[in-house]
Amino acid sequence: MAVVQQTARPEARSSSSFWTIARRDSLAGFLFIAPQLIGITLFVLIPLCLVFWYSLHEWNVLANTFTYTGVANYEMLLEDTSLPSVLGATAIFSAGLVIFNLSLALLLAVLLNQKLAGITIFRTMFFSPVVVSLVAWTIVWGFLLQKNGGINGVLLVFGIEGPNWLREPVTAMISVIVVQVFKNVGLNMILFLAALQGVPNELYEAARIDGAPRFKQFRRITLPLISPTILLTSIITIVGSLQVFAQIAVLTQGGPGLTTTVLVYYLYQQAFQFHFFGYGSTLSIVLFAIVAVLTFAQWQMRKRIVFYES
Amino acid sequence: MNYHRTLKSAVAALAVAVPLCWSGIANAQDAVNLRMTIWSANEAHLKLFNEIAAGFKKDHPNVTVTYESLPFETYTTALTTQIAGGNAPDMAWIFETAAYDFVNSGALYPLTDTLKATKGYNAEELSATAAERWTKDGKLFAYPFSTSPFAMFVNNDLIKASGAKTPAEMIAANQWTWDNAIATASAVGKVPGKGGLIVRDFNYQTWQNLASIWNGWGASPWSADGKTCTMTEKPMVDALTFIHQAAFKNKAMPGPGESVDFFAGNAAMTITQISRASLLPKDKPFAWDLVPLPKGPAGNYALIGQAGVGVMQAGKNAKTAAEFVAYMTNPENSAKLSQFFPSARKSLLNAEVLKKTNPLLSQEQIDKVVISGIATGKVIPGHTGFAQIQQAVRSGLDAVWRRDANIPAALQQICGQIGPLLKR
Repeated sequence: MAVVQQTARPEARSSSSFWTIARRDSLAGFLFIAPQLIGITLFVLIPLCLVFWYSLHEWNVLANTFTYTGVANYEMLLEDTSLPSVLGATAIFSAGLVIFNLSLALLLAVLLNQKLAGITIFRTMFFSPVVVSLVAWTIVWGFLLQKNGGINGVLLVFGIEGPNWLREPVTAMISVIVVQVFKNVGLNMILFLAALQGVPNELYEAARIDGAPRFKQFRRITLPLISPTILLTSIITIVGSLQVFAQIAVLTQGGPGLTTTVLVYYLYQQAFQFHFFGYGSTLSIVLFAIVAVLTFAQWQMRKRIVFYES
Repeated sequence: MNYHRTLKSAVAALAVAVPLCWSGIANAQDAVNLRMTIWSANEAHLKLFNEIAAGFKKDHPNVTVTYESLPFETYTTALTTQIAGGNAPDMAWIFETAAYDFVNSGALYPLTDTLKATKGYNAEELSATAAERWTKDGKLFAYPFSTSPFAMFVNNDLIKASGAKTPAEMIAANQWTWDNAIATASAVGKVPGKGGLIVRDFNYQTWQNLASIWNGWGASPWSADGKTCTMTEKPMVDALTFIHQAAFKNKAMPGPGESVDFFAGNAAMTITQISRASLLPKDKPFAWDLVPLPKGPAGNYALIGQAGVGVMQAGKNAKTAAEFVAYMTNPENSAKLSQFFPSARKSLLNAEVLKKTNPLLSQEQIDKVVISGIATGKVIPGHTGFAQIQQAVRSGLDAVWRRDANIPAALQQICGQIGPLLKR
């Protein structure tokens, strides 16, 4: 027994000298972030590497062949006659969505930033679509936007013959944007509302004493002070707009023609409908690059547009 | 002594138990679980499939067959995703439009030898026309278990109320042509809230279903060898012009984005497969009829839809799965299946059998629509790489589905798009 104790003591001593407070803290830190880190590695980093690997191959699922083709899929990007239309539709959708979503969210937030009785009801009402199932929301809008659907029915009451919303190139794109904006505008609205409520009241009082009109107060005080939130919401909305899928799949299936075929829907078609998994992976890499570049550019712009960032 | 006795007992117990366990492991290894992906979730269908699986288990006690219902609309996508994920089913239903992709890719296990070796299978009675799309180099790669003709269901109440002639009257007077059919559809379509003719599931997207009309003009989207686009040829231009006028000028067909349900009693006619007779309303029935497709400028014609069942090469138990497909489609089980899925076996293509399995249809309807349709019908268009071609044509046809469409120009553009795809 005594021998055991003698040998055990030096081990315990070396163990405690290894586990310094700094090391113990860093282990605890790693353990705290481990679930997130493992999740990101398994579901983001490894799939990302695999997608890049697949993009260098021609993968015929049915024939069960997986052939290395080098950059052939990337060369195909240049020969794909549909790709310019797809990128165009993606750009129009993203631009339309970001402008409409942020403007409406800010407008609603300003309107709802009042201390009136029952204002919470309106805030809840505008936020509620955010928690509704996306597909259910889109299907209902699909019925409303039909030629003989609810919206045209209402228009007919006023003697207006509505367009075939989802079948005309311009109205189809507008419809998809509007459906998406109404679905998610509540989220940005809440973020703007929180930011607006963080603006000190004294600044407005000072501006009023100086005789600044309401619009000038908004431009010179409100906008600069909520600019970090504007940056955050614009990044979230742009990245989200590039990932739109369910609305397109349910409402237009990319039509009419290719007018609403955005990049995510196109890569889904290539990979899962046409079985070109290699080319579909290449398009995923393109999408990843676009998202990365846009996010980086916005992050860089923060120095110019965000008020109190150094 | 006690110790030795215990040791001996333990050794003896092990001597008995080890081989038993081993055989248990061996039995577990012999157990075969087969999975078939299907696009039906109909309870009556599943009941019958499970009965067939139970029948197979009697002779193959180690084999268990399960059915996995995938959504109809995204069936092929879901199936190929399973294959890509290394989780291919042992057997799968295959749409006629996707048949060329599956048969030509080598994804399927050849069935001919297994079917021929199955006692009493009588593979010869499956007509060559029915098997054509599922055969490559003389070998059958999927069995077309459903060969269902397209026909026209008619709401005689609506037609009579509009003052138009019913199809039965026109057939009797030998006037059952597309021009007259559309005139009747137009008369009903002009009644507020009602629709004329609905090509079911078309929705201005699933354009291949329009073959139920344009075949009457002798039109086809591509040449017989599948290499050349023929959408710019006169029969197709004429047929699509006819359909365009029906939708945009005569109110004979609901336009894009308009939804009208025939089976709810709101339309004069619908073209669909006969199996849809089950959708006819029981609560508020209307006077309905089932008639063959009208005569087109190119004469009489019929169109059939098919569904095949194939064995995936990627599955671990392809041979056993092929044996199950042989059992599932033998004459006895084919007769059972034909109550839902019309069989292309000659012995089952007679009025007596079909009357039993389609109690809603009259003798005349079975003779004129079902038997004649299956015997003479062309299968709905299909091609290798069909999903991509389908999408390209759908996208191009969007230019046709406008009031002010330039149909020849739109078709020219479609041929430009799909020409290279057809040559692959």
